[in-house]
Amino acid sequence: MEWDWNFVWRIMPTMIEGVKITILATILGSALAAAVGLVIALLRRSPNKLVSRPVGFFAEFIRGTPLLVQLYFLFYVLPSAGILLSPLVAGVIGLGLHYGTYAAEVYRAGIDNVPRGQWEAAKACNLTPGQTWLHVVLPQAIPPMIPALANYFIAMFKETPLLSAITVLELMNQARSIANTNYRYIEPITLVGVFFLVISLVSVFGLRWLERRYGRVEN
Amino acid sequence: MTDWSGYLSLILQGALVTIQLTLLGSALALVMAFAAGLGRLSRFAPARWLATAYIEFFRGTSIFVQLFWVYFVLPLLGVTLSPLQAGVLALGLNVGAYGAEVVRGAVQSIGREQFEACVALNLSRFQAMRHVILPQALIVMLPTFGNNAIELLKATAIVSLISLSDMTFQAQVVRAQTGNTFFPFATILVLYFAMAMTISTAIRWLERRMTRGLDGVRS
Repeated sequence: MEWDWNFVWRIMPTMIEGVKITILATILGSALAAAVGLVIALLRRSPNKLVSRPVGFFAEFIRGTPLLVQLYFLFYVLPSAGILLSPLVAGVIGLGLHYGTYAAEVYRAGIDNVPRGQWEAAKACNLTPGQTWLHVVLPQAIPPMIPALANYFIAMFKETPLLSAITVLELMNQARSIANTNYRYIEPITLVGVFFLVISLVSVFGLRWLERRYGRVEN
Repeated sequence: MTDWSGYLSLILQGALVTIQLTLLGSALALVMAFAAGLGRLSRFAPARWLATAYIEFFRGTSIFVQLFWVYFVLPLLGVTLSPLQAGVLALGLNVGAYGAEVVRGAVQSIGREQFEACVALNLSRFQAMRHVILPQALIVMLPTFGNNAIELLKATAIVSLISLSDMTFQAQVVRAQTGNTFFPFATILVLYFAMAMTISTAIRWLERRMTRGLDGVRS
């Protein structure tokens, strides 16, 4: 089978539609993951064992099971409990929860890196726990973890093709439907690969910039 | 109430395929990780370029796209693989690229004085790697390799989309046959989690085993 450039240009508009959905899902998923991660990280630090233990187990469980199965769970099991989600919403929740548990580890490391003296100083200044977190700890903890978080968001971007399994019409699904109607696989699937490679390489440059701006990630 | 035992054995058959994929994929990934990781540290520029290209390509595109490419595009180029072979190939090459960076990082984390001592003892480069550097670097690599193996286990769920009857595929079969969604998906979530826990326990055991007698030798 030969590579056909005419066919490539004909399917390009459809592929671009798919890229838009892919990027949208990544951005929404990242926002949700950043929020979920912070909540999990804070709850795991709770002095109340009845809170920290179950949250810790929940996070471990999510990290130990495949994203694809979690998406199936959200998309197929929840409707029988009366919760109907559109494919994209289910996909974003799945991505957000899954990567939220990874983000939680990043937050944990970032918070642990704030020196003890800062906590003690906050206590000495008679700040409430809320004020301590909001004005002292988080402003110092968050900038160093931005590159590590961005790293996970790039990883999330590469997992978005899984959303095609729950019928979201993103890049991979567009490519597959093109391939199935025209019975040509080389161009659509290769193009998906090229799109991903280009966007990933661009985001790696963005990541390098973030690392220079906010400090290096420790590997 | 449906009799679940028949369906459960169907899912357990899928679990065997998942375990098989994980083991074979990990074996290939391990080989690729050492080949590409040491290739990046090679004195020969072409070996470095080849290793870098491999690593960047497989880390830059999605595992899902790679799998589809191997399964749908390679046959058109004259290479036909069974779903299992395609799965093992894609998983092994993908996770191997991540592992290569681990190998490189671990070898580079070994102190300069070790390399200098090898030169002073007139060891060849191969002897230095084999007897001095790798035995120390292996312990540094082990925990991250464990995480990579869990990532690989989770990635095996994707092969269900190229019609390989792994655990996720069998769960879909059960869902289609019974119309019940909670039982199959909850069962496989628990099974995946149990497998992930097994891997992390095994790695921790191996780590204890390999660091035995090394207390105080390395800082």
